[in-house]
Amino acid sequence: MPKYIAKRVFMAVITAFLVATLTFCVMNMVPGGPFLAEKAVTPQAQAAMEAKYGLDKPLPQQYITYMNGLIHGDLGLSLKKRGRTVSDIITGKFPVSARLGGLALIVAVFIGVPLGSVAAFNKGKLVDNILVVLSTAGIAIPSFLSSTLLMYVFTTKLKLLPSLGLNSAPSYIMPVIALALYPTFYIARLMRSSMLDVIGQDYMKTARAKGVSPFFIIFKHAMRNAILPVVTYLGPLLASLMTGSFIIEKIFNIPGLGSEFVGAITSRDYPMIMGTTIFLAVFVICMNVVVDILYAIIDPRIKLK
Amino acid sequence: MRKKITAMVAAAVSATLLLAGCSSNAAPEATGSANASESSDEEKVLNVQRGPSPETIDPALNSASDGSNMIIHAFEGLLKFDQNNDIVGGLAESWEQSEDGLTWTFHLRPDLKWSDGSALTANDFVYSWKRVADPNTAAPYGYDLLNIVAGYEEASQGNIDALQVEAPDDNTFVVHLSSPCVYFDKIAAFAVMVPVQQATIEAAGDSWATDPATYITDGPYYMTEFTDGSQIVFEKNPYYWDAEHITFDKIVWHLIEDANTSYTAYNQGELDIIKDVPTEEIPTLEGNEEFHVEPLMGTYYVTFNTQKAPFDDAKVREALSLAIDRKYVAETIMQGTYSPATNFVGAGVSDAAEGSSYEDVTKEKYGDHFDIENYDANLEKAKELLAEAGYPNGEGFPAFDYLTNDSGYHKAVAEYLQSAWGELGLTMNVNIQEWKTVTADRRSGNFDVARNGWVYDWDDPSNMINLLETTNGNNDGKYSSAEFDKLIDDARNTTDVNEHYDLLHQAEQVLLKDAAMAPIAYYNEFWLQKPNLKGTWHSPYGYWYFMYGSLE
Repeated sequence: MPKYIAKRVFMAVITAFLVATLTFCVMNMVPGGPFLAEKAVTPQAQAAMEAKYGLDKPLPQQYITYMNGLIHGDLGLSLKKRGRTVSDIITGKFPVSARLGGLALIVAVFIGVPLGSVAAFNKGKLVDNILVVLSTAGIAIPSFLSSTLLMYVFTTKLKLLPSLGLNSAPSYIMPVIALALYPTFYIARLMRSSMLDVIGQDYMKTARAKGVSPFFIIFKHAMRNAILPVVTYLGPLLASLMTGSFIIEKIFNIPGLGSEFVGAITSRDYPMIMGTTIFLAVFVICMNVVVDILYAIIDPRIKLK
Repeated sequence: MRKKITAMVAAAVSATLLLAGCSSNAAPEATGSANASESSDEEKVLNVQRGPSPETIDPALNSASDGSNMIIHAFEGLLKFDQNNDIVGGLAESWEQSEDGLTWTFHLRPDLKWSDGSALTANDFVYSWKRVADPNTAAPYGYDLLNIVAGYEEASQGNIDALQVEAPDDNTFVVHLSSPCVYFDKIAAFAVMVPVQQATIEAAGDSWATDPATYITDGPYYMTEFTDGSQIVFEKNPYYWDAEHITFDKIVWHLIEDANTSYTAYNQGELDIIKDVPTEEIPTLEGNEEFHVEPLMGTYYVTFNTQKAPFDDAKVREALSLAIDRKYVAETIMQGTYSPATNFVGAGVSDAAEGSSYEDVTKEKYGDHFDIENYDANLEKAKELLAEAGYPNGEGFPAFDYLTNDSGYHKAVAEYLQSAWGELGLTMNVNIQEWKTVTADRRSGNFDVARNGWVYDWDDPSNMINLLETTNGNNDGKYSSAEFDKLIDDARNTTDVNEHYDLLHQAEQVLLKDAAMAPIAYYNEFWLQKPNLKGTWHSPYGYWYFMYGSLE
């Protein structure tokens, strides 16, 4: 196990390095620059700003400077939010997104898994059909629509929930629902199909034949095998939920990290693009390692090498 | 086994909760962002919606109007604008310029203080102005504002003490100009030119403007909270010299990017005034007393690449320009949120005499260049001009691209232009690119015809007209006219205010006759404001003045 983890960490570092290099190259190929504005800044001001942030240096040198900083944990200064470091912005906004994403994940797992299981055990019956229709809708509805609908119903019409920010517990309700909608039903579908596979297996028939109670069959025999695909999905899901959603943050006016990903690119804030991309890459890699370890715990037949 | 799974689930849940718990320290706390309706009797709170987080509220670094609007509530410079947009004393009680217009002397009010209670003197202005010129500050407006100050050239190279600004005593600030500038008072009132506290900035560095503890101000308000992406809270500054006239105890700037979100919150009573109104709501809002439309100094126009045939021919440009039904564009396509352009410089810009309008003087002296009421006649004229240029009914005219980004009404205008120029027999392709790409291509001359627009930095027509000067960095169409350049140069160097405006009027006429660009519409600003909010005003600079208002 320790050997395995060491190997994965080593791979993670290589991947992060590749992501950083690739992002650096692609980012500099895109037309326009951070100081390009609708109003032309004078050549003097442009030169002064480029000199201040080292953008007047040749690209290879900028690359080396950046990578050197990265190794020492320095993600640099934001070019757009002047006076703020990239690390400051990420550490300031990540907790907001992480909290929201964490809650959404709990909702998705604790609703999605039972929902999928119930559907599988009632295959072809009314409950199953309702759930199939619901989950198709849940997956198909884009988040801007579900968010807007939620806001329309609960804020504009019923006046039950606040429309802005995350200042109180009720203000979490709508964003968490909007964020959890897709993964909940996606997990339900995954769970349903993998549960159906498992139910058909011989050992399940044996268990039933022995007269084991349905509750025991589901939770002791079926769940452990059936949940593996869901666990696989949890890694990337957690990473994407916790790093924020641009659309949901915009609609509910949440100061999360999601909008920074998009904002950094549209404003050509180079250090911010690098910082957010590397952060996301490392996060996804870590989550995948965690998932691999979880596999081994859930299914002892899987050996980590 | 079951135990193990339960334990595992429990561990996963508690890990998530732990994560959520840990993060709560760094996350914004509930700040009692009082609803408009909740505001108590003792504390007068105004809830304002602004776009996304300002990039910066460091006066020297800011170049955006949202930033400026906050800055004018937190800081005050030597001079400021009153409700009629006339210059009045800010921290300076009186000021005068020398006969030759090269020396401006400002006399500060006695006993001025920073928001931390320490004394503010003329030396603070010396520091702050030099900071704007300093290449290490890299102020976007440094050159525009200070290049007329003697010694700027050297200061901008790094020797900042070369900038000819001085404080002979604590209450006197003197500026030496290298050439006269009849609108220098407007520059002295610009939001970049306010004083900032040297000791704080030197201790905290560039991040001073992001932290309430170090955001020391000298104006009506100081900052008590800055939550990036959520809100900025300003509270009344008791040390401000005119604090007795400041009415709101607290201004909460809600940083909301989405117009629908801001509209919903406004209707819920969470906000008193919103700047971002969903465009699809505008038809239903017209005539509503809460819906306001006022001029913003700026013009929406079309740039022709004058270095490229056939757009190097003034007749072609004029034909394309005349084929645009400006009234239809402004009133129907842009839903009346813009006003049709009849010249290049529009409403809100002053002329020589106090309180006069540049636009009115233009109409009086030269009349309107575009007769917007007579579109059919304009179209006929356009067809004639096109024939004279050698393209009768558009025959032989090469297909061309119209470069624009997709935001606001840009795409709708582009599609309109496609059909309007189609009437002339021309083939135009709409080329929609992302904003930075449009800006880069337009600046490098990589276009045929492009959307363009400009909002004034200060109230002087030269700020718009100069855009077409041969050497101007914003002259995207690379228009060049010796006659025009001379007029502009003379207007810049005169000490006579009347002559300054007179020359600018002549220069504008040259541009219009030459169809150097095609003005389409003048900017307006529209917003929603609760009817009980009184005493605030909007200036054509694009700022709102909230400090003297009240909620009745």
